[in-house]
Amino acid sequence: MGCTLLLAPVASANFIGPKAGGSPNANQISSLYHIILYIAAFVFVVVEGTLLYSVVKFRAKRVRHAAQIHGNTRLEVGWTVAAALILVAITVVTFVKLPSIITPPNSSAAISYQSASVNEPTPPNGKQLTICVTGRQFIWMYSYGAACDKHRWDAKLPYSYQQMVVPVHTTVVLVIQSIDVIHSWWVPALGGKVDAVPGYTTYTWFKALHTGLFHGQCAQLCGRQHAFMTAQVKVVAPGQYAAWLKQQGVAINAANDQVGTLRQMLTREGQL
Amino acid sequence: MPQVVTDTVFVPRRRLRWIDWVTTTDHKRIGIMYLVLTFVFFILGGVEALLMRVQLSVPSNTLLSGEHYNELLTMHGTTMVFLFVVPVMAGFGNYFVPLMIGARDMAFPRLNALSFWLLLFGGVVFYATLFWQPPEAGWWSYPPLSSIQFSPSGGQDAWIFLIHLTGISSLLGAINFYATIANMRAPGMSWGRLPLFVWAILVYAILLIIALPVVAAAVTMLLADRHFGTHFFDPVAHGSPVLWQHLFWFFGHPEVYIMVLPGFGIISEVIPVFSRKPIFGYKAVAASTAVIAFLATLVWAHHMFASPVPIVVLGFFMLSSFLIGIPTGVKIFNWIATLWRGSILPTTALYFCVGMIAIFTVGGITGIFLAVFPVDWQLNDTYFVVAHFHYTIFGGAIFPVFAGIYYWFPKMSGRFLNERLGKISFWLVFIGFNATFLVQHALGLSGMPRRIYTYEPNLGWSTYNLISTIGAFMLGVGVLVTIVNVARSLKVGAIAGPDPWKGNTLEWFTTSPPPPNNFDVIPRVRSLEPMRDIRRQIERQTGATQKTGGGERFLRA
Repeated sequence: MGCTLLLAPVASANFIGPKAGGSPNANQISSLYHIILYIAAFVFVVVEGTLLYSVVKFRAKRVRHAAQIHGNTRLEVGWTVAAALILVAITVVTFVKLPSIITPPNSSAAISYQSASVNEPTPPNGKQLTICVTGRQFIWMYSYGAACDKHRWDAKLPYSYQQMVVPVHTTVVLVIQSIDVIHSWWVPALGGKVDAVPGYTTYTWFKALHTGLFHGQCAQLCGRQHAFMTAQVKVVAPGQYAAWLKQQGVAINAANDQVGTLRQMLTREGQL
Repeated sequence: MPQVVTDTVFVPRRRLRWIDWVTTTDHKRIGIMYLVLTFVFFILGGVEALLMRVQLSVPSNTLLSGEHYNELLTMHGTTMVFLFVVPVMAGFGNYFVPLMIGARDMAFPRLNALSFWLLLFGGVVFYATLFWQPPEAGWWSYPPLSSIQFSPSGGQDAWIFLIHLTGISSLLGAINFYATIANMRAPGMSWGRLPLFVWAILVYAILLIIALPVVAAAVTMLLADRHFGTHFFDPVAHGSPVLWQHLFWFFGHPEVYIMVLPGFGIISEVIPVFSRKPIFGYKAVAASTAVIAFLATLVWAHHMFASPVPIVVLGFFMLSSFLIGIPTGVKIFNWIATLWRGSILPTTALYFCVGMIAIFTVGGITGIFLAVFPVDWQLNDTYFVVAHFHYTIFGGAIFPVFAGIYYWFPKMSGRFLNERLGKISFWLVFIGFNATFLVQHALGLSGMPRRIYTYEPNLGWSTYNLISTIGAFMLGVGVLVTIVNVARSLKVGAIAGPDPWKGNTLEWFTTSPPPPNNFDVIPRVRSLEPMRDIRRQIERQTGATQKTGGGERFLRA
């Protein structure tokens, strides 16, 4: 069985860099990662190469007498400054890249948008789709619509569990909360992770570059079934999204009505 | 032929009974008890790690439940941090700090014994939970998961008491180390002639004194939240789970350096001896230890880049984390420069030092990726982080522990460890380690979060996980080989003289093993390498080249 596993194609596995390709922020993080990777590879080769060279070259059987060197101040200052310069370079690149990672771009699809609240990251034209993400042991709930407070139940907004449906080419802002323990929202191809901390509201965004299905899962230990707290983001055409939203709303309202009727019936019969 | 004059006093060597160990206040026996006890915990923590690796070796495995997996990951992390790496350094420190500074014991011998017994009690309280319900909230125990509502069992309370007991143990030990090093150095041993291992233990002690009270306060608050109706971390009553994260990591990051700085110290002692060269840049290595310790108190929130923390704060902690890379890099450069143009004796101890530099460098480099907070948003809480901190802690602390064992075993027991078994152990550990953890970077980059007890087969994680599990077993065998080597060499190892390696520091001035009073005469220290001066003086006075008790055999190879 081990052999078959080893021979099996490594589906969707990455070796060198993080997942990307679903959203501009994930792509920008990936490109920042790769810039650091090149610098890191250089440092790795120089340090490990010198180390290997020293232990092979200066064996006692080749070198009978060690050079009694106590140090060299210029060398010491030199490599301290060199290390500092590398870090300055990475700092500059990071802060140059940062706006494209944290600020959402404008949506390029034509659908009806909901406006944002003051705390949220917002694209320049203010047009975005807000989805409220609520973590709980061990499932994610998404409610569609800008009201991420307790009024969302009164407003009877459409919602879904585990699978989030979003329109393509649309800036989606996620408002993330938790109702029990700390969870962490993470769909790698759509950008970095954000903790869902009870008592706090956190935000992230993505703008799906193409339709498809994206896998993610909770990244913060949240209890015994942490491994099964997965998330799926289904990116569809804007028309399909509108249709799905409408159908989901109808289905939820129908189910609510059913429960209401049942409750009335049970109350009448004195069972509730 | 004249040799280094050492202990010639008659010492009655009767067989030690158990009561001699229980009642001892001798720093050497306490040191040995520390080393033995922490290795028992190392084996327990290792078995826990292997169980987790077996569970993850194939997708959708049902060997362990989520409950048991969470218990194992909590016990593994807690054991390795609080019951192995931190106290094993106290073990080496106990045995060798007084010897290296030319003292006859620690400043407070009975306090020293108390430190050891508190550690044992902490471990017993924690492992007793195996018989009812071990904690399962991870070694960070983030509330609300660790609150009474989500972790109702007493296992979480046992974890809190473990933190307290081992914390008091380490705190008393730290005060003892500080007092010993500050007051009991041999005549002539100024701060500029203090061996680098002693510098490292001094800074380790200071960091423990800074960091431990904070975690002690935090776990006391958690205990009060759990049982006495307070709401420090309870979001329902306007407490803050993020407060715990700040308090815990204000302790937790210095803790990382508490674990690796003594390892750096061991490396800084062993490399010069086997390169036959003085340490390159003594002042830079000693100063970088102090600088790392200072910066270590300013980087804690880089563990919280995905938490609700303002961007400006993230930027600050990115930069402070970068800064700590500079003194760490300086150390690595100085060690390599010490090897450069040396006359290197390829002993097992040196192998582990070189392995440490090779592995720790990787951990340092991946640390830069993680310090860049936007990149950390992708890597945090994934197997990339698991790989990173094992490269730093296993590389930076446990490789030096093995180097220390091979280097100092002749002093502690009077016998050599078997070099052939040592080399076998090194290669198994080195290759096994890299097989286990190198692919875990790839797992993290492929989107596998840490602390999940199973995963679906179609995610592309299966092959890497299998490789990692195979590597972990290889690593385990490598560790076992050294343990067998130690057990075997106690009886059959070649006899080592007082100074088998031509060491530089004062522990080699006395017999192997040292007598209870350590030294009959304490020499005046005139440089960083007092033993070298003593050997030279004898050579000058007698015209005889000083032989060593076994180091030459590495020259023949």
